[in-house]
Amino acid sequence: MPLITYRKAINEALAEEIIRDENVVIIGEEVAQYNGAYKVTEGLWERFGDKRVVDAPISEAGFIGMGIGASMLGIRPVMELMFWSFAYVAWDQIINNAGQCRYMSGGLLHCPIVIRGPANGGTNVGATHSHTPENFIANTPGLKVVSPATAYDAKGLMKAAIRDNDPVCVMENTVLYGELWEVPDEEYVIPLGVADIKREGTDISLIAHGRAVLTALKAAEILSTEHGINAEVLDLRSIRPLDEEAILRSVAKTHRAVLVDENKPFCGVSAQIAATIQEKLFDDLDAPVQRVCSLDAPAIYSPALEPLQLPTAERVVKKALDIC
Amino acid sequence: MSVTKKKPSVEDVDYAKNAVNSRLSPEDKIRYLKDMFRIRRFEQTALKYYTTGGSMGGFLHLYIGQEAVAVGTVSLLGENDHVITAYRDHGHALAVGMSMNECMAELFGKATGCSKGKGGSMHFFAPDKNYWGGHGIVAGQTPLGLGLAFAVKYKGLKGCCLCFMGDGAVNQGVYHESLNLAALWKLPVVYVIENNQYSMGTSMERSSAMKNCLAERAEGYGIAWDVANGEDFYEVRARTAAAIKRAHEESLPTVLEVDTYRYYGHSVADANAKKYRSADEIERFKTHHDPIRLWRKRLIDEGIITDKEADAMDADVKLEADAAAQFALDSANPEPESIFDDVYWEVDNQTDAGKTGRHFFGD
Repeated sequence: MPLITYRKAINEALAEEIIRDENVVIIGEEVAQYNGAYKVTEGLWERFGDKRVVDAPISEAGFIGMGIGASMLGIRPVMELMFWSFAYVAWDQIINNAGQCRYMSGGLLHCPIVIRGPANGGTNVGATHSHTPENFIANTPGLKVVSPATAYDAKGLMKAAIRDNDPVCVMENTVLYGELWEVPDEEYVIPLGVADIKREGTDISLIAHGRAVLTALKAAEILSTEHGINAEVLDLRSIRPLDEEAILRSVAKTHRAVLVDENKPFCGVSAQIAATIQEKLFDDLDAPVQRVCSLDAPAIYSPALEPLQLPTAERVVKKALDIC
Repeated sequence: MSVTKKKPSVEDVDYAKNAVNSRLSPEDKIRYLKDMFRIRRFEQTALKYYTTGGSMGGFLHLYIGQEAVAVGTVSLLGENDHVITAYRDHGHALAVGMSMNECMAELFGKATGCSKGKGGSMHFFAPDKNYWGGHGIVAGQTPLGLGLAFAVKYKGLKGCCLCFMGDGAVNQGVYHESLNLAALWKLPVVYVIENNQYSMGTSMERSSAMKNCLAERAEGYGIAWDVANGEDFYEVRARTAAAIKRAHEESLPTVLEVDTYRYYGHSVADANAKKYRSADEIERFKTHHDPIRLWRKRLIDEGIITDKEADAMDADVKLEADAAAQFALDSANPEPESIFDDVYWEVDNQTDAGKTGRHFFGD
């Protein structure tokens, strides 16, 4: 199976969907002639031209809102945010218009729009460029949100997101863009709402999404080699819809869980997962559910400190050992 | 096209002779009068039930005094033309052809409402009539209107979007972003600023910096602009027609400011409705600038309708509004289970995607 980058996997998904559906149009800052700020859309403008790949000015509220309006009439815009952190200037459009219009119209309309871009810390770009708003999106009925950890998942989920008839937010990760994974040549789509066991285990469940999955995998390796603990790593992939059954299956098997989450802890995604586990599996648990999140302060710039602010394999191992 | 004064000297222009007006049949003109009567009677009836309590919650933003704007502009639209507006949306909804029953029932929060009781006063929608709401956040609909215009152009259709907004919306950033994109991408959108002179309780003078008028700001974006007198039905049509023509034939945007006036407060809940402006001012508009009164007089002067016939039509419309209220009262509330309907298309349509993963949380 060919090895391609996470970036290239998304690029292929976009190209394939542009070809498949004439209503798919890519819009965002620097997506066309510049080839993408993170080169995710590289080559698409040259291949598909001005109509299908559109450079937008720095005007997120304007062009995201425009995409939402166009989606009501059957266009399927895939909007790039250079950073999900920039979504905050378009928040009214995303939350109120993409998120609520279907409901407020009693189901008379729908917004098949994808809003995608990186949402991560870890690159020393300071607090305003390091937000992880998947919990805010997931807190909004009407919106969907996915957070792929690998190139394979990024491609399959992106294709599902574009074909979905509801607004889907795809949270990517700049740290992962250059990472290589095996991705098959033949077409595939990964449904939203299906988690994936990235590592089978029996003793404890490490549950994560996005890059935290890789942190969890590293921790699982340490737990195995140094402590003889066989951890299972469950990748949520999709936050809303959520594969709750997969979470419950895993924890029912292992009886212990550490949730790994690059979100901030207060009302983060893992808070919802923890609530679900205690509510539905209280009697199966052999220990309290633990969480490893980003440290609860704005993202620090310091290259020396920022890696410590994000979840680390060491913190995950420590939490796991506390309850094993 | 462009005018340079807030109040252009147009007294000597007879807009009845404008091509879009001279072709109107007497039946058309009478229908427009009826359309305006319908908006006013609908809202007066709604107000009665709102103030007597128990039937409606939340806000009720009345359009009374502005009727010629919605009816005049919408009267020009064709099959690929779209309408979107803000929260003062009853007039546009009725003008595009929505029924009083579905609108009234929505105010009452009933299952038979146009939005099944999920939207309320601010959120009337009828996509089958190219009517895209009904939006609550000031200027929030301005990029949506742009998107409707984008879609029309993307599909290669000759059409446009009339995006209505109040004078209070002109100071929101997203409106300016929309203007920039409209000009940059040559999108067939017409921003109709319904200038009723007050953004809630703050007069235009106290809220908006300008040279001569609000529409003139379009100049900075290289967008054509115009000002219309909203009390003159013929003028509203004539000036809107020019903007629509620009959208249809050149795929270019326009900002059209229409001077108008609302007799009631920002919403019925506006406790200061009569404090930030004088009773005399309101009375002056009602007496001398009422669009319905003026249109009715015009039709009588033209010999198209008699006073008696107009009264009879108005009385019929009032009965229609009363019947709509009765319909709303008699309608059932939405079922509690319906709270989870209309959130996700995929769930509503029971697709594989809608059945995969958990979409709703809590109990």
